[in-house]
Amino acid sequence: MVSQSALERPPPGSQANGESGGSPIKLAVKDLTISYGKTVALKGVSLEIREHEIFGIIGPANAGKTSFLKAVNRMDLFSSGMRVDGEMRFNGLDTRQLNNLYALRSRIGVVFPLPVGLPMTVYDNVALSPRWRGITNKAELDVIVQRCLTRAALWDEVKDRLNALGSLLSGGQQQRLTIARALSQEPDLLMLDEFSIAVDPVTTMRIEDVLKELRKEVTIILVTNLVQQARRLADRTAFFLNSECVEIGITEELFTGEVKDQRTRDYVEGRFG
Amino acid sequence: MTSANAEMFQASGLNKRNERVQNSYRILFGLMTLMLITPVLLILGTLVAKGGGVISWEFLFTAPTDGMRTGGVLPALLGTIWLVMVALLLSVPIGVCAAIYLSEYAGDNWFTRTINLAIINLAGVPSIVHALFGLGAFVIFFGFGTSILAASLTLAVMTMPVVIVATRESLQAVPQAFREACWNMGATRWQTIRRVVLPNAITGILTGVILEVSRTAGETAPIMFTGAVFFTPFLPESVLDQTMALSLHLFVAATQVPGIAEEVPFGVALVLIALVLTMNSASIAFRMWLRGKKKW
Repeated sequence: MVSQSALERPPPGSQANGESGGSPIKLAVKDLTISYGKTVALKGVSLEIREHEIFGIIGPANAGKTSFLKAVNRMDLFSSGMRVDGEMRFNGLDTRQLNNLYALRSRIGVVFPLPVGLPMTVYDNVALSPRWRGITNKAELDVIVQRCLTRAALWDEVKDRLNALGSLLSGGQQQRLTIARALSQEPDLLMLDEFSIAVDPVTTMRIEDVLKELRKEVTIILVTNLVQQARRLADRTAFFLNSECVEIGITEELFTGEVKDQRTRDYVEGRFG
Repeated sequence: MTSANAEMFQASGLNKRNERVQNSYRILFGLMTLMLITPVLLILGTLVAKGGGVISWEFLFTAPTDGMRTGGVLPALLGTIWLVMVALLLSVPIGVCAAIYLSEYAGDNWFTRTINLAIINLAGVPSIVHALFGLGAFVIFFGFGTSILAASLTLAVMTMPVVIVATRESLQAVPQAFREACWNMGATRWQTIRRVVLPNAITGILTGVILEVSRTAGETAPIMFTGAVFFTPFLPESVLDQTMALSLHLFVAATQVPGIAEEVPFGVALVLIALVLTMNSASIAFRMWLRGKKKW
């Protein structure tokens, strides 16, 4: 389980809003519409993501996948012109009503398509978020840094150069550093946006193994343009196309042909123009 | 086969032409660079040749005597250092903070665009206009009198746009991805600025400050109405004192003192340039030390 830290966390019982049937719902989205000025990036999406599942989102470019992740993290406040309508509940709490959005974002880890090693040491990259939530004890930070780097399958490669610059690691290492940094937030939800786009196949496989392990502890949203990656990892998958959510289903069913929409079948079978 | 291959790697007429064109451009750019540094070398050479002779410890550390015909430049040298330092103390904190606000906090709307336009225009206002503004505002309205404070405030107002523009540009050179990574982790704007943006923008900010030092030390018009005087045997002791300044002293020595030895104005100019170069070198050294720690 995610350990409780000094971080402000909403009351644990708050997800009991009568919405969940079986396993608790981590993120509930209803009628989500995202627009930039007159351009609509995503319209009328409703979905539910359950605790400890890997939820895949597939779809071609410009389908609204990244905008969806930004909306979950309430990054609309940092991007002028981005407008989000609809309802979004995280642990049962309406994120539109939350007044401490910093606490919300600190509970959600994000990994970007291109690795972002911050221009500071490997150690500082991972210790950044713990420091921000008030952990200053060196011994305590050491433990967190080692644990997060180990879980991100990077510890063995960097344990001798924790004081090297994070931005000078190789692309694949930086991406695992980004994952370690996201894990240092002790997140409730991990969102990965096409993480393998700048990473070699071997590293991709290692990260995928990491994700399979992590699923026991956190809920994961995996945006990917590799349909096979979604198939390997995701429990359920949503197919986004042209700003719409075409279909949501058990991942394996989408691949075995039990789809409701012909466009989904065309896409997963690679017959898409 | 082989002959076809060999032919393929033979320079064609087009290749040769491209090579010739590329060479002529390289020579053109090299010549322009030479033209650029020629005046600098000529100025420095003339100053050293004509004014080097008067430079001595006595010249640097005594006050002018005999109606400024003999003696040294100490009051002017100290005066310029005072003016530059006080102006820096006033303009750098304000300029850097304003630039951080404009670049990191303010949204892109008509209001900030207007402010940015105003700053660029302010940078283009002639220094004599700033001088009159300083006279009206600081000397008369605020009642500071002709003093180092009034003169430095005038210099600060004049050079602040340079600091703001340089700071804003170096802040914007820090990749946006760094900021977004921090915001996504739940960091506030200030935490992001403090930990990621400022450490990586500091070299560019220092460049702005260096530019300002050079400009401030050499300005004459803004200080002659507001704080610098023709002659005073006293060394400045507080910001409310009047003072001599090297730039004004140079003008005076070159044009207003009959019977002065020809090399004295050159000596004054040499001291002024040496002062600016010393201050610049110190900040450049600091900047290089910081750049050694640059991280991406």
